[in-house]
Amino acid sequence: MEHITLLLAIVVVTALVFDFTNGFHDTANAMATTISTGALKPKTAVAMSAALNLVGAFLSVEVAKTISGGIIDEKGIRTEVIFAALVGAILWNLLTWLLGLPSSSSHALFGGLIGAAVMSAGWGSVNGSTVVTKVLLPAVAAPIVAGLAAMLATRLTYRINRNADPKATAKGYRAGQIASAGLVSLAHGTNDAQKTMGIITLALVTGGVLHPGANPPLWVIVSAGLAIAMGTYLGGWRIIRTMGKGLTELRPPQGFAAQTGAATVILASSHIGFSLSTTQVCSGSVMGAGLGRKGGVVRWSTASRMAVAWILTLPAAGLVGAGAEFLTKQGTWGIAAVAILLIAGSGVIWKLSRRQPVDHHNVTADAIDETPVAEPAGVITTAIAAVTPPPTGLAAAAADLKATIQSPAPVAPVDPPTPATV
Amino acid sequence: MHIDWAALGSVFGVSLAVTVGLVGLFTLGIVGLTKREAAASGTAGNVAMARTGAYACFALCAAAVAYGIYLIVA
Repeated sequence: MEHITLLLAIVVVTALVFDFTNGFHDTANAMATTISTGALKPKTAVAMSAALNLVGAFLSVEVAKTISGGIIDEKGIRTEVIFAALVGAILWNLLTWLLGLPSSSSHALFGGLIGAAVMSAGWGSVNGSTVVTKVLLPAVAAPIVAGLAAMLATRLTYRINRNADPKATAKGYRAGQIASAGLVSLAHGTNDAQKTMGIITLALVTGGVLHPGANPPLWVIVSAGLAIAMGTYLGGWRIIRTMGKGLTELRPPQGFAAQTGAATVILASSHIGFSLSTTQVCSGSVMGAGLGRKGGVVRWSTASRMAVAWILTLPAAGLVGAGAEFLTKQGTWGIAAVAILLIAGSGVIWKLSRRQPVDHHNVTADAIDETPVAEPAGVITTAIAAVTPPPTGLAAAAADLKATIQSPAPVAPVDPPTPATV
Repeated sequence: MHIDWAALGSVFGVSLAVTVGLVGLFTLGIVGLTKREAAASGTAGNVAMARTGAYACFALCAAAVAYGIYLIVA
């Protein structure tokens, strides 16, 4: 471990931060329906999900061999490129969290990687057809597959229980829902914590600390597991609210059908080898369950905001990644600038989030003062604002940074403001 | 460009069948159990039947969850 350079340390820390945002971004997948149907109390739900994520991180030793699964050419990838990609992914994750929109963390990472790789080595380093088969097609397929399964399951369960007393059956549905949610959490910990382990391992190999093909050291496994569990426990309440209440109003049978559908699709897809994004599967199954109940309503305005976010994920994270890579190419000061921008950007987003806090107290409330998410146009303009070339917002952001965070050092974007007081 | 339609198709089919099957089973189990609670008027044989059936349904669902965990670990 003595040979870890400063840059490598920054990348490792940034990867853990990404892991952390991944955790709190994706809590909603497992727990949104559980919380909104009242199967578990909000705090209990996130605690359970966090524990299962942690367990999941240790369950499988098969660490992702590649970060991007062939989307970009990873031969000769430089450490700076990984760093720039992570910056793009983190900022997109935070922005979508601010807007309360569930979007795929892996797609954000892919976007960041693509942007950084293109900036670093040109368009030739991106495998276009893999982008289509691994990102675009699954993004269309996931909600359809999961939505249809959950819709039919919801219809069936309402048909079978039509003579039963809803109050008597609610307990059973809740128990079943908790089991399915647990499976989703476990699968998430296994998949996503391993992605981070893969990134850190790859960075260590690139930096010459580990031999190619080496297994991740124990500290990598432990820290990746802890980062994702802490993020999960923090709970992305904004996203939980959107998925649990914003898309449709869920009753216990629907919550159970949605969560079971999500768990099944996730496991089937990862096992059969057509990997689908957990987030998109879960959003789809919630909508399907909403449509499955007679008189159920899906709020298509929320759904279309979500779709816009999915479409923007790749280009937006890619632009930030490309911008970050452009800066890191300039040398040490560029890397420092990117690190500072990352902290500043996170600080601004966190500060904006405090205007309308959503936490475990009001996550299932019917109204939070005003609408928690912006109009579709707002999504786009904010996204564009976030990806405009960094220097424009630099001065303001930097000033803001001093005001909001006691930043330990520009080197360690380890706990940008998002966590602590939420 | 190679799109693995077969894999996508089987994900679709398997997910649909398993989800609907599991949710159906579990609902049958729940309904069976509530019948037991509500059926003071029912005959003893019916109640025992419903109860056994319910537990059988839950056992199958538990087996599915166990298989799911196995898939995650493997």
